[in-house]
Amino acid sequence: MVAKRIIPCLDVKEGRTVKGVNFVDLRDVGDAVELGQYYARAGADELVYLDISATREGRNTFTKLVERIADGINIPFTVGGGISSLEDAARLLDAGADKISINSAAIANPSLIDAIASRYGSQFVVVAIDARCGEDGIWRATTHGGSRPTDKELFAWAREAEQRGAGEILFTSMNHDGTRSGYPCETFARLADVLSIPIIASGGAGSVEDIARVLREGRADAALAASIFHFGEITVGDLKQELKRLNIDVRC
Amino acid sequence: MIAIVDYKMGNLRSVENALKRLGAEFCVTSEEEVIRAADRVLLPGVGNAAEAMENLRKANLVEVIRSLRRPVLGICVGMQVMCRHSEEGDVECLNIFDARVRRFSPSAELKVPHMGWNRIGNLESKLFRGLDGGSYVYFVHSYYPELCPDTIATSQHGVMFSAALKYENFYGTQFHPEKSGDVGERIIENFLKL
Repeated sequence: MVAKRIIPCLDVKEGRTVKGVNFVDLRDVGDAVELGQYYARAGADELVYLDISATREGRNTFTKLVERIADGINIPFTVGGGISSLEDAARLLDAGADKISINSAAIANPSLIDAIASRYGSQFVVVAIDARCGEDGIWRATTHGGSRPTDKELFAWAREAEQRGAGEILFTSMNHDGTRSGYPCETFARLADVLSIPIIASGGAGSVEDIARVLREGRADAALAASIFHFGEITVGDLKQELKRLNIDVRC
Repeated sequence: MIAIVDYKMGNLRSVENALKRLGAEFCVTSEEEVIRAADRVLLPGVGNAAEAMENLRKANLVEVIRSLRRPVLGICVGMQVMCRHSEEGDVECLNIFDARVRRFSPSAELKVPHMGWNRIGNLESKLFRGLDGGSYVYFVHSYYPELCPDTIATSQHGVMFSAALKYENFYGTQFHPEKSGDVGERIIENFLKL
């Protein structure tokens, strides 16, 4: 059976990781390669690097960084942030990324999913969906970090992304992101009902139990987290030991 | 010298990087002489098996690969084309391993592609020296080689299948050792030391 995956997410700005804190055994927590190697050694199953640079120079720096990450890391990694064309995807593939994650650009131009998947395979394409549940109880996708609502209904959009060739769906609830109150497990389970591709749960983890719940009751295949790792509250290794103790099948 | 065969089947960079991390000397090539002269040959591959066979034919490498007598390692689709036949494009392959390559049947409980870390067991080769049965490696594939007399490692995804194969000097892994952390690094190292 495929193990449930634990995926640390690293934000990168102008070529440096941000949000990292005092890992005693790291010389430079701002170094994306070193931090990634640290997580890989600790038992991370994959890594996600998200480019949050606002400038063109930052983007170019990121591509060079992806080459260094590919050189230095021996587990799969996904890159995301600002990918809006087949050329962007090709550039990151050439730099050595195993997967790319697209979000706002896929909503603006859904055929981008088809274009990238048919060229490089579904395994290369993660479609990230940031959705918010409205007062009417309907989940709709948002773009630009949750700041712009769209009329795309979550389940229909996720299905469409799968049919267009997405290999995985990375779903973040904007109602829960940053609240540390846990994941909307029922919504994840419904998503698992309508999709046949893996689902990565993101946003909202406050505890090991939250992560266990979304992997079990929410039937997510992987959990992505940033702050609980970066702020050193729990190590990836300890988290996986805890999950194992809760009878979740993880690699450790 | 290690030759990584370039037959236009996906990005070779991760395999190159894995060899670099091990400090091994290698070249990326599609030239017959270089491949024939190499101490070790790696046949990576991401994509479609029928297309991979077509590309090998176009590059005049079918007989070259079959005739190699030094250790050869096929990875993922590179391994599938070394089998007898693939359901992907219903294509006759190199017929080195006595296995057919079949498609996983998706169901509510079985996601296809088989993607992520899974255990390998029944390890029966020097390729796995120093590793325990139950080690995790990284897979990404929708087609799998059946169990056969050449099976040297198994894994389970709905069905039990060949995670690795060996026939004489030919080896193949369905998983990606170059993405399988320290376990994968060990496997590549073992291959280089065969």
